[in-house]
Amino acid sequence: MSLIEVKRLSKIYPMGEETVHALRDISLAIEKGEYAAIMGPSGSGKSTLMNLLGCLDSPSGGEFRLNGVEVGEMDDDELADIRNREIGFVFQTFNLLARATALRNVELPLIYAGMAGRERRQRALEVLAQVGLGDRVAHKPNELSGGQRQRVAIARALVNRPSLILADEPTGNLDSKTGIEIMALFEELSRQGNTILVVTHEEEIAGYARRVIRIRDGAIAGDEVIWPGKRVQAVDKMERWFSKLSDAPREQKAKDETEP
Amino acid sequence: MKLSRELAESVRISWAAIGGNKLRSALTTLGIVIGVATVSLMGSAIAGLKQTFEDSLSLMGTDVLFVEKFDWVSGDWRETRNRRNITLRNARQLERELTLALAVSVESKSQGDVSYQERSASSVSITGGNENTPLVRGFLLSAGRYFTKADIEGLRPVCVLGFSLAEKLFPYSSPLGRRIKIRGKKFEVVGVLEKLGGFLFEDVDNQVIVPITCLVADIVWNPNVSIGVKTAGPKHLDDARIETRGIMRKIRRLAPSQKDDFAINQQSALMEEFLKTGGAIAAGGLLITGLSLLVGGIGIMNVMFVSVLERTREIGLRKALGARRRTILIQFLLEAVFICLFGGLLGLALAYPATLLLQRAFPATLAWPVVLAALAVSILTGVISGYLPAHRASKLNPVDALRQE
Repeated sequence: MSLIEVKRLSKIYPMGEETVHALRDISLAIEKGEYAAIMGPSGSGKSTLMNLLGCLDSPSGGEFRLNGVEVGEMDDDELADIRNREIGFVFQTFNLLARATALRNVELPLIYAGMAGRERRQRALEVLAQVGLGDRVAHKPNELSGGQRQRVAIARALVNRPSLILADEPTGNLDSKTGIEIMALFEELSRQGNTILVVTHEEEIAGYARRVIRIRDGAIAGDEVIWPGKRVQAVDKMERWFSKLSDAPREQKAKDETEP
Repeated sequence: MKLSRELAESVRISWAAIGGNKLRSALTTLGIVIGVATVSLMGSAIAGLKQTFEDSLSLMGTDVLFVEKFDWVSGDWRETRNRRNITLRNARQLERELTLALAVSVESKSQGDVSYQERSASSVSITGGNENTPLVRGFLLSAGRYFTKADIEGLRPVCVLGFSLAEKLFPYSSPLGRRIKIRGKKFEVVGVLEKLGGFLFEDVDNQVIVPITCLVADIVWNPNVSIGVKTAGPKHLDDARIETRGIMRKIRRLAPSQKDDFAINQQSALMEEFLKTGGAIAAGGLLITGLSLLVGGIGIMNVMFVSVLERTREIGLRKALGARRRTILIQFLLEAVFICLFGGLLGLALAYPATLLLQRAFPATLAWPVVLAALAVSILTGVISGYLPAHRASKLNPVDALRQE
């Protein structure tokens, strides 16, 4: 059983008199542990696909099974529960609660899962440490750098131990240096066995994934496993970049980098 | 379990939201403040008035009929102003013929100055009474004795002082046995009444009681008297009223076609009248309160709509992370309820000192039921005015909400 099984999925938006086919007959399977990128220019339908795969929206037709559960027919609250349990979101604009500390932000999905206070705090602290922000838990988003904010968002995505991490242009609001740091974090998460789906329009970002699904005009235009050599190049480049900074452990380095 | 965590989170969020917009929240809740202050002040004033009224009335006794020239509660002035006085002679005849009365008192009032040596009191109520007056009116003595039938028939110049009058004229010594001047005539003080209180009709503590015969002889030649008919108990009032009316008509020589030219008053009628008036005041207050709560509620609804609009993105995020509709609904409902509750508490905080001010005039108290009712009304206003915005928020589509800048 695949983690994601999509058959003939379509999405239609009414647009005045006409209807717009944002997606037509998409069929797709993603296995547990995969690290895939969904690529396409803006308007291609990749955002729509991401919203459907993220259970943020319901399809107009077709089937979508997540972890063996048919999602297509669920109502709002059932979808909310599925999102809470199965999916960790990473957004381009971070979408952190401005008035809440990093810890509170990370705790949020656990609150909606109904987890008790102490356990919740414990889990959130662990995950924050895992993304290298163990010493920033009491900071509010405006006291953190862009890269740190995205790390908080990633911690928030991880905290519920979801079966799928869905990242929408995760480096879109970051400079390229910080972007690489974030992609390195994804690489690490992937190595730990997480299933990651990155939606992007940048070839370079997609190059870090092991599989690239290309969307054009609402349909799949290509689905390729990245040529190992090419991937090695990308990851090599990433690692070279880090070794250039220092021989110190990566997490320590990332932290120093963002400290003023 | 899950609900309680969601609730705790919602409480925290709503607090934060209100804290982030303190001025806005405070301004919004002004209507509620005014509404609650009005209603609780009104409530405590009415409760206080009622208490005072009941206290005053209890002085009159629930088992007493008062035969008097005028009605206490109603009566057409044009019709009643030419009535003949109720005379002492009427009273004596009535007393002789009544069978259902335990005791009959007579009472007539005048006013004047009272003095003892260099101390004096003006506008003192001078009451002429008979030997039954204390029994019928419920007066108790704190010192000395009351005058007897013999005192009355012998026209002996004796008197009983009300509590505050006694204190005024004799601050350092006992008044018993002293001779005071009432409208220039000398009377010997034989007793002092206990403190009675009461404010509505008369200050019974600032009075001096003399034998009715002395009042007639020295002060008022043809007094209008109030006849008190004490019955065996409230149950017997109706029978006694019928008998009294028959005898009075006979005494006053009224033809069957003529209307009564006297009134038979009783305490309960006064109470009913008061309750009617109190009800009207309360209804008026309720209207004012309702209006200010309505205006306040609309204000809160507006602000809640703004709050939802401002936080569309946040709502989208929360839904994406697994918040259900119910959770979002509760979050915004709580925000509205907290604002209203805050207004309610502020209103009560305003009403409390105002009640203390009122207390100088009469015993108004901010009672617990009023406080609880005011808070309940504030919460209800919050729920009602917050529901629509909260419902709108809960139905937001996470995709659209997240897209919004």
